[in-house]
Amino acid sequence: MSAYKKMTRDQMAARLARDIPDGAIVNLGIGLPTLVANHLPKDREIILHSENGVLGMGPAPAEADEDEDLINAGKQPVTLLPGGAFFHHADSFGMMRGGHLDYCVLGAFQVSATGDLANWHTGAPDAIPAVGGAMDLAIGAKKTYVMMELLTRQNEPKIVERCTYPLTGIGCVSRIYTDHAVIDVTPEGLVALEWVQGLSFEELCQLCGAPLRPPA
Amino acid sequence: MIDKIMPDVEAAVAGVPDGATVLVGGFGMAGMPSALIDGLIAQGARDLTIVCNNAGNGETGLAALLKARRVRKVICSFPRQSDSYVFDALYRAGELELELVPQGNLAERIRAAGAGIGGFFTPTGYGTELAKGKETRRIDGRDYVLEHPIKADFALIKALKADRWGNLVYRMTARNFGPIMASAARCAVVQVDEVVPLGALDPECIVTPGIHVQRVVRVPKAQAGAPHIEPGREA
Repeated sequence: MSAYKKMTRDQMAARLARDIPDGAIVNLGIGLPTLVANHLPKDREIILHSENGVLGMGPAPAEADEDEDLINAGKQPVTLLPGGAFFHHADSFGMMRGGHLDYCVLGAFQVSATGDLANWHTGAPDAIPAVGGAMDLAIGAKKTYVMMELLTRQNEPKIVERCTYPLTGIGCVSRIYTDHAVIDVTPEGLVALEWVQGLSFEELCQLCGAPLRPPA
Repeated sequence: MIDKIMPDVEAAVAGVPDGATVLVGGFGMAGMPSALIDGLIAQGARDLTIVCNNAGNGETGLAALLKARRVRKVICSFPRQSDSYVFDALYRAGELELELVPQGNLAERIRAAGAGIGGFFTPTGYGTELAKGKETRRIDGRDYVLEHPIKADFALIKALKADRWGNLVYRMTARNFGPIMASAARCAVVQVDEVVPLGALDPECIVTPGIHVQRVVRVPKAQAGAPHIEPGREA
């Protein structure tokens, strides 16, 4: 293997944030995707949606300004930007299901070659199942981006031919941002758009559990 | 004269029968009707089906209701939280039935009940474990799952202000499930910070019109339970 440096989580977030255009309405999922908020270009006006009924969500407040009634989907205190709005849960999820959000960024356990997503349940027999808004978000934006490490902690590929974990949504992922590469899901299969310096395309292919094509 | 203002919490939750389906508002602690849940524990109804986004944490509120063995079934989207150990233990012991519903389907099923819809086709969950055994249909090239409304006997919700007709306004993300739960229950009970005179609420800004509300009780903020924010992993 050649010497290469994987992207840090912040580098991944910054890379993804670059692809969110001015004026976009975006839902950032819990966990890794939350980091994207810190890297959205300052010269673009981007509206963040939170499933619990907020459009125009702002950053975390100073501790003294925390308000128990103003929280995000992860139940952490947030703020509201000028122009922001509150609405009830059915409206909030109607915005997703109705295709009104431009982008949704989600974490994942696995993504398949055809864009199937598994991110809600490991399927372990003693696990307490919990789905939250994962399935709604997966199918609820014009584009669903996944942000995840390319490999598990055991160095197994998270990009796979077919998901072995229970599915969250079918064929819903459009692009995968990983610490090694950015990969598009296309009708013709997975296409690597770019990868970190020092890593060869052949090496990247070996780290993927599904066939990968070079950029056109 | 119409006056939905109840003298106290006990009167507000009176008459919940054994076996009732009860919608409970709140997302995290925002909008959680803590005083009404405590009232339901004191009231004594058992064999309940509870519909709520989460399944309680710590040992207060819903977790206390579960611990008192008053709940037969929970319908929710996200039972697992960092300190949902009361739910976890009862579920693992097989003493509590769980119907897990994607959050948007949960909200829409509640909305549908209040709006008189007999069922609806939703793309959410298609092809997943949570749609197993459910009727599906392809409409205009997209696959959907048939979901049914969740009607309830009672709803317990929290709002910011009410008048004696039951008109409600909420506060920020504490609105969450409140408006749809109020409309889906035969008897919607609302805990509010403040009761205002009829006409004091701006009619352009009333979120839940009083037609959906049967009982209101004022619970001053200091008594509304000890609110705390527990950052969870997910919703």
